[in-house]
Amino acid sequence: MSDKIKFTMDGVEIEATQGQTIMQAADEAGIYIPRLCAHKDLLPFGSCRVCTVMVNDRPQAACTQPVSPGMAVDSETPELNDIRRSIVEMLFVEGNHYCAFCEKSGNCELQALGYRLGMLAPRYPYMFNKHDVDASHPDIYIDHNRCILCGRCVRSSKELDGKNVFQFVGRGIHKRVAFNSDTDLSGTDVSVTDRAIENCPVGAILKKRSAYAVPIGKRKYDSQPIGSDIESRKAAVKQS
Amino acid sequence: MGDTSRIIIEPVTRVEGHGKVSILLDENGQVTRARLHIVEFRGFERFIQGRPYWEVPVTVQRLCGICPVSHHLAAAKAMDVIVGADKLTPTAEKMRRLMHYGQIYQSHALHFFHLVSPDLLFGFDADPAVRNIIGVIKKYPELAVQGVMMRKYGQEIIKVTAGKKIHGTGAIPGGINKNLSISERDFLLKDIDQQIEWSRGALKIAKDYTVEHLDELSDFGSFDSNHLSLIRADGAMDLYDGGLRAIDAEGNTIFDHVDYQGYTDYIAEEVKDWSYMKFPFMKQLGTEQGWYRVGPLSRVNTADFIDTPEAEEARIEFMALTGGKPNNITMAYHWARMIEVLHSAEKIRDLLNDTDLQGEDLVVKGERRFEGVGLIEAPRGTLFHHYRVNEDDQVTMANLIVSTTSNNVPMNLAVEKVAKKYLSGTEITEGLLNRVEVAIRAYDPCLSCATHALGKMPLTVSVVDHNGQVINRRST
Repeated sequence: MSDKIKFTMDGVEIEATQGQTIMQAADEAGIYIPRLCAHKDLLPFGSCRVCTVMVNDRPQAACTQPVSPGMAVDSETPELNDIRRSIVEMLFVEGNHYCAFCEKSGNCELQALGYRLGMLAPRYPYMFNKHDVDASHPDIYIDHNRCILCGRCVRSSKELDGKNVFQFVGRGIHKRVAFNSDTDLSGTDVSVTDRAIENCPVGAILKKRSAYAVPIGKRKYDSQPIGSDIESRKAAVKQS
Repeated sequence: MGDTSRIIIEPVTRVEGHGKVSILLDENGQVTRARLHIVEFRGFERFIQGRPYWEVPVTVQRLCGICPVSHHLAAAKAMDVIVGADKLTPTAEKMRRLMHYGQIYQSHALHFFHLVSPDLLFGFDADPAVRNIIGVIKKYPELAVQGVMMRKYGQEIIKVTAGKKIHGTGAIPGGINKNLSISERDFLLKDIDQQIEWSRGALKIAKDYTVEHLDELSDFGSFDSNHLSLIRADGAMDLYDGGLRAIDAEGNTIFDHVDYQGYTDYIAEEVKDWSYMKFPFMKQLGTEQGWYRVGPLSRVNTADFIDTPEAEEARIEFMALTGGKPNNITMAYHWARMIEVLHSAEKIRDLLNDTDLQGEDLVVKGERRFEGVGLIEAPRGTLFHHYRVNEDDQVTMANLIVSTTSNNVPMNLAVEKVAKKYLSGTEITEGLLNRVEVAIRAYDPCLSCATHALGKMPLTVSVVDHNGQVINRRST
């Protein structure tokens, strides 16, 4: 028996493999579903809900929901994109995201998603929460002002680096990323080459002394919106 | 205090930022004191504390949208010291210089054409409904277009060197993040001859105006003063780097070729309770005598020569007016500023023809330090950036002395001189009001750099008698 199944994305029939998530199947088909906490090398997490799609008219996280034969998935709808935009806006007002001088600007997935979703100004009031920075490590700089609690660092450290450097502490509005150390980041076994550092989607975990090395115009999202790499597969899928 | 009246000009118009002027009159209607108050507040020194040092050149440039490149480069130069980059690669230094000359060019063009030309073309007493940039566009459309195109050209240079026309990221600690591509070079080269031609024309307007009105201008808010600027080791004008040179009103040297890393041995700042701006002074002369002017007038006065031929010819002509001694005429700032416009255009041409700009070696680093000072000759004058950075790479101290701060005392003196000469009785005329502003405008002050705030206020001048009663008020 074949492990291939078929379902529809925004009315278009696509083929998928049994056991894939909707996001994985859509990626292979060259259809981009917006996301923040999801990462191709990490296990599904379902935290940020930016990837919410309608599955047979019920909201589901595309990064965790497995495909099943004949399911009808809606993703690129004005209603869903407005919900996604509102989530991104909430992240912007909860942290202190000053894209104007942030060194991640142009390479930041949160900023790129804001642009892609047509965010102009947040519909919610800025919270101006006070967050700390941790510059104690000789090669890594942590700015909690820009953390969106996606958990990529927590999961990357465990799943990819075989360490346990980062962990969530607190609940609700007090939730934050903490370090497995009695003191600060310098007291952990983190390394600047860890995937946990590389996989931060925003300017919260940074390699020191590398800022602004890529000029404006050459940065990842300067010339094409986030998701373009996935969407470029669509043409390849059609040709094959 | 005896019977006095107070006149307030608020805000001062056609300058960058917000300020107000207060003029005190005694019972006979004579001016007893006039002051320029800077009513904005700048908090950059405080809120960059704790931030990583490499972020600073990008952050602090947001002090201003008119000449952010000055702050970008001054901070980057300070951070060069922090990362031990004592000598940049030729590509890095020349890219930064190109960025800077582009900025001087656009900022001076903006000031001369948009803000000042209405006063020079229509006269101080002209109807204010005409004496503005729209009036210039209507009566002198060709000139107005030149002003716009000159500013645009400078902004294009900033874009190809910094990545954006406003608030780019080009300069990084130890160098620059890009070189100049051949297509970018050719894009700029095709217009440079036209730009130089327009610069000659602007210089002629400023020069002719000064010479034709010399009798009036010699006494218009003018006074003897010290002058300060950076100077190249051979005495040439250098807008990007050099040592500090200070001269007195006669041209005598106060100090020369001072390494600005030790500027605090020579310059200090005084705080006064009626302004958010500090008052810098030269330590060896004290607070009363140690104030100085900065900017185009001072730079032309302090330079032994200019290393581009047409600007040097213009400098010689400028200095001949005062027999080779420093020119202390406040309104001569405009002439000096246009000499710098021509100098910048010549420098831009030379740099565009320099193949070092296509080099690939962009960044150097050396021994890490914990304190750095960066100085640059911004369009408005010498700009000081001073930082301390801890072992974790965080800024622990920042001090900025911006050009307009250095010109604080001179602008106040100019205001007082003009008010005393032109204000008679309590009748406020538009001419008086504008003359006070003309004197301030000569310095091209950037009040938002000197401090910082948001908002817009209507222009209101009030005369208040000693009982606090408003006896006369004019508003726009």
